[in-house]
Amino acid sequence: MAEFFWGVIWPVVVLAVLTVVIIVPLLLAVAYLTYAERKIIAAMQLRQGPMFVGPYGLLQPLADGLKLFFKETVIPSRANKGVFLLAPMITFILALIGWAVIPFGEGLVLADINVGVLYLFAVSSLGVYGIIMAGWASNSRYAFLGALRSSAQMVSYEISMGLIIINVLMTAGSLNLSEIVRAQAEHGWYVLWHFPMFMIFLVSIIAETNRLPFDLPEDEASLVTGYNVEYSSMTFALFFLGEYANMILMSAIATILFLGGWLPPFEVAPFTWIPGPIWFFLKVALILFVYIWARATLPRYRYDQLMRLGWKVFLPLSLAWIVLTSAVLVFFDLAP
Amino acid sequence: MTAALFVFYVLALVTVAAAVMVIAARNPVHSVLFLILAFFNSAGLLILIGAELVGMLLVVVYVGAVAVLFMFVVMMLDINFVQLREGFLQYLPLGALVGLILLLELVMVIGTRAVPTTVAAMPQATPPGVNNTEALGRLLYTDYFYLFQAAGVILLVAIIGAITLTLRHRPDARRQDIAAQVHRRPQDTLEVRKVRPRSGI
Repeated sequence: MAEFFWGVIWPVVVLAVLTVVIIVPLLLAVAYLTYAERKIIAAMQLRQGPMFVGPYGLLQPLADGLKLFFKETVIPSRANKGVFLLAPMITFILALIGWAVIPFGEGLVLADINVGVLYLFAVSSLGVYGIIMAGWASNSRYAFLGALRSSAQMVSYEISMGLIIINVLMTAGSLNLSEIVRAQAEHGWYVLWHFPMFMIFLVSIIAETNRLPFDLPEDEASLVTGYNVEYSSMTFALFFLGEYANMILMSAIATILFLGGWLPPFEVAPFTWIPGPIWFFLKVALILFVYIWARATLPRYRYDQLMRLGWKVFLPLSLAWIVLTSAVLVFFDLAP
Repeated sequence: MTAALFVFYVLALVTVAAAVMVIAARNPVHSVLFLILAFFNSAGLLILIGAELVGMLLVVVYVGAVAVLFMFVVMMLDINFVQLREGFLQYLPLGALVGLILLLELVMVIGTRAVPTTVAAMPQATPPGVNNTEALGRLLYTDYFYLFQAAGVILLVAIIGAITLTLRHRPDARRQDIAAQVHRRPQDTLEVRKVRPRSGI
């Protein structure tokens, strides 16, 4: 019995506690990302943003959350009820499970699996299901159009993302996320070696998470709000949380692949005093700032322009870069 | 019963149940969703035997791309569910025959080759000391290199075929020519004129 307890139940308990330790700060980060977004956009537009709930409006995200929580959940009568309720849950769960493999610092990772990059890629490619199921199950034209746009868009940009990831994998010689960061300690950050790919990756993750200027699935001017138009209360909140958690996840992926994860920018005294997780957090915050910056600055793309960018610009560029990278690696005998 | 065996039975049961539901579900979209569930659980089974790379690829390729396109098509079709069920009894004998043949073949395979019946007796997915991705890569790019390239060529031909079948040049469609837009100069399109009062241009 004791063996069973220590062998099976105890590891499960430990994992559950660790999961909570990751998820609770993540949800807080999501809440305050919405606050940061409103404040930053306000500053860019010479406004003040939320100011009334708490000092400097700091309690605004909690108030928003409570408001959504106490609203009535409306399910349209012609909706496909099971799929309708499943869709927001899938979106939210997928946004959370990606964090299982993210290394926050040296050894600070819940599951240090060998195929971490592929796992993240799989999770991000599944994200489309939440949206397409929501659009179909709502039984509404606007929602359905939003879902169709979204699925085409996410599938298109995944391809260029996958090709960019291949570049990093070839240079690092591993699919393990911690190993990729350690390889960058040796080679220098990959943003230096693969700078054009980093820029394309940034644009692709914005498209992949359906954020402005690529938020065609929820194009409020032509589709009301797209796939989530029929959702209310907590079901809507789950989509919302999922979208922001996905933004943070994608920023974390970009940080690990290109910005050296938890590594300090220079291996000299004042930088090495700051612990790794804080560097990781700062880099993620930097990419999130770019997300918000783009939202405040750029107008929305037209749909055909979006598709053109994905298929005719990013795909050939990243493919050519793979050829270049592998040629350089083989020619100079650098391949790991 | 070990934990691995328990996980295996759960995954296997859900896979089979989901696969049955794919053909039993009345709504085609539900069928696709059950198909996705089946893919997922088979990926879990692959990871259980240590083939983590293949498991992840199954999720990325089949669930993340192929099933999305399935769903895309099935959702857009306007299917009459009653009509879909009509030929069921008519096709049942043929389907049953195909199923029976497949079953017999499986039995023959299991009968002739000693297939291990316990998890411990199964062959290791990777040689010790080499990780899964590396082992697969070595095999694909050395021993099976020509087959691998041939598979690539076949896929390329399939892509070209699909594009030639569906590509149509519509002369009436308005397309954006980015190069032309970028090369436009103000002097080509703008003209500044002094307009005298009461004369117009």
